[in-house]
Amino acid sequence: MTTQNNISEEIKKEIEEIYQHFPQKSAACIEGLKVIQKHHRWVSDEAVKELAQILEMSPDAIDSVATFYSLIFRKPVGRHVILVCDSVSCWMMDYEKIAGYLKNKLSIDFGETTKDDRFTLLTIPCLGTCDRAPAMMVDEDLHRDLTTDKIDEILKNYE
Amino acid sequence: MEKPLTQHIKNDNTWLSLKDYEKTGGYQALRKALKLNPEDVTKEVKESGLKGRGGAGFSTGMKWGFVPLGEDVPTPKYFVVNGDEMEPGSFKDRLLLEGNPHQLLEGMIIGAYAIQAQFAYVFLRWAYHQAARAITRAIEEAYEAGYLGKNIAGSDFQLDASLHVSVGRYMCGEETGLLNALEGKRANPRSKPPFPGVSGLFGKPTVVNNVETLCNVPHIIANGAGWFKSLSKTDEGGTKIYGASGRVKKPGLWELPLGVSLREILQEHAGGMQDDFQFKGVLPGGGSTDFLTGDHMDVTMDYAGVGKAGSRLGTGTLIVLDDKTCPVGMVLNLERFFAQESCGWCTPCREGLPWTAKTLEAIENGKGEMKDLDILNFQTRYMSPGNTYCALAPGAMEPLQSALKYFKEDFEKHIHEHKCPWKKE
Repeated sequence: MTTQNNISEEIKKEIEEIYQHFPQKSAACIEGLKVIQKHHRWVSDEAVKELAQILEMSPDAIDSVATFYSLIFRKPVGRHVILVCDSVSCWMMDYEKIAGYLKNKLSIDFGETTKDDRFTLLTIPCLGTCDRAPAMMVDEDLHRDLTTDKIDEILKNYE
Repeated sequence: MEKPLTQHIKNDNTWLSLKDYEKTGGYQALRKALKLNPEDVTKEVKESGLKGRGGAGFSTGMKWGFVPLGEDVPTPKYFVVNGDEMEPGSFKDRLLLEGNPHQLLEGMIIGAYAIQAQFAYVFLRWAYHQAARAITRAIEEAYEAGYLGKNIAGSDFQLDASLHVSVGRYMCGEETGLLNALEGKRANPRSKPPFPGVSGLFGKPTVVNNVETLCNVPHIIANGAGWFKSLSKTDEGGTKIYGASGRVKKPGLWELPLGVSLREILQEHAGGMQDDFQFKGVLPGGGSTDFLTGDHMDVTMDYAGVGKAGSRLGTGTLIVLDDKTCPVGMVLNLERFFAQESCGWCTPCREGLPWTAKTLEAIENGKGEMKDLDILNFQTRYMSPGNTYCALAPGAMEPLQSALKYFKEDFEKHIHEHKCPWKKE
């Protein structure tokens, strides 16, 4: 697992390209965090400090943004991130059963990563597919009308 | 029955390319608008009666009219599409984003012309990856075809546009929270006034409109305000994309005349309740609207009709509560969501929502007391409109206050029996 994810020249260039489009550098803060996460899967303290230098902000100002947004990860995550919708429509359509099954199968709770670094399990409020509840997203793939059998099949595709 | 918003959307999970869209008459409304004065474009939209489809229901034309026009005004001006769609139970904008991205872009460009904006942003929620691909490609195509950039469709009008994909948080759907997010900040709300039309993105005049709202605009410009008004069953104008989730036979989305009855949506389109399930109540427009019950089946699903029944049209996507689901548990799920998504900017919301969720949790787990109901009723007043910067907390109180009214007996049963009557032993 990567514990240091410094900002490479490549990442720096990508971020510099983004802030050209805004009236002030700090406006690229969220985009900058996204670029770092795209390359490293998460954002380390070191990366926050380096981004702060690039955008001429304080590390605290960067972190106040990074920690506000639920999909910026400030802790390492596994190779695949599972986001289970726990919002009202999914909750009514057996979310608890799905969530319990996943926790049991992966032997982790929400907010945790499997020992082999394969999966991180998180909840997400609403995936906007309420007519096909219950739903989850693995990386960028949406899976709907979930059943426990389906989950077994789905997870096989993520090594 | 006319379905201007969805009639060309394909069922095969692909979106209409620029070429396909132009074949359906696409971008003709933009060409027409560019020949009018910006004020006249706004006037036509105002006369159509189009109201915001994102939840608040404010007049779109009036919103555009707040933006100063002329030589001596602050620039650049911005036009922002709100594609955050994070209201629990809402999934209607996804269809429009994924199925016909150019219809949205055309509405956005016409709106930008009406307020004479120089930049446009599409603000999209993170989970909509397919929509992000569709919008990215559509923006490229629009630049290639001269519908974005300099001298749009041969006119003097210039507009640049780009996509911003968000990284979560319900607050991003709130107009001013969204603007802060676009500026790279935490999505806290801003005090109003000044309204975004005067001081919005980077302090410049800005309009923020919902996806479905903007998809109506090309059709209004092409066919006129009178035509738009004639589409609805009542006098509010247009169609609405209604939806339903929960234990109905056919959950889904349907574009229908604005103002059809709740009964028609539930019975004819959603197919009624699944076998073995009875209807108990419904949130008519997403998680932050008041419950309606079986007594409200004849309510017309437009802004005035739902308002008169004590709720809001909101996003028009129904969340149906059945008899085998605990209403206290459902409201607890919603209040946990709102507590989690509160940005913490205002005290009533930051403190009141977790307190509310914990009180409900105690009741649901059989540890509630009768005085907890007084506390919950107090919260609905403490977080009522006017006490916070934005509508998150007042919205959170809508399902709670109506549940306390319509399902009072169920709350009391939890307290008297020291358990949730719906939970199996």
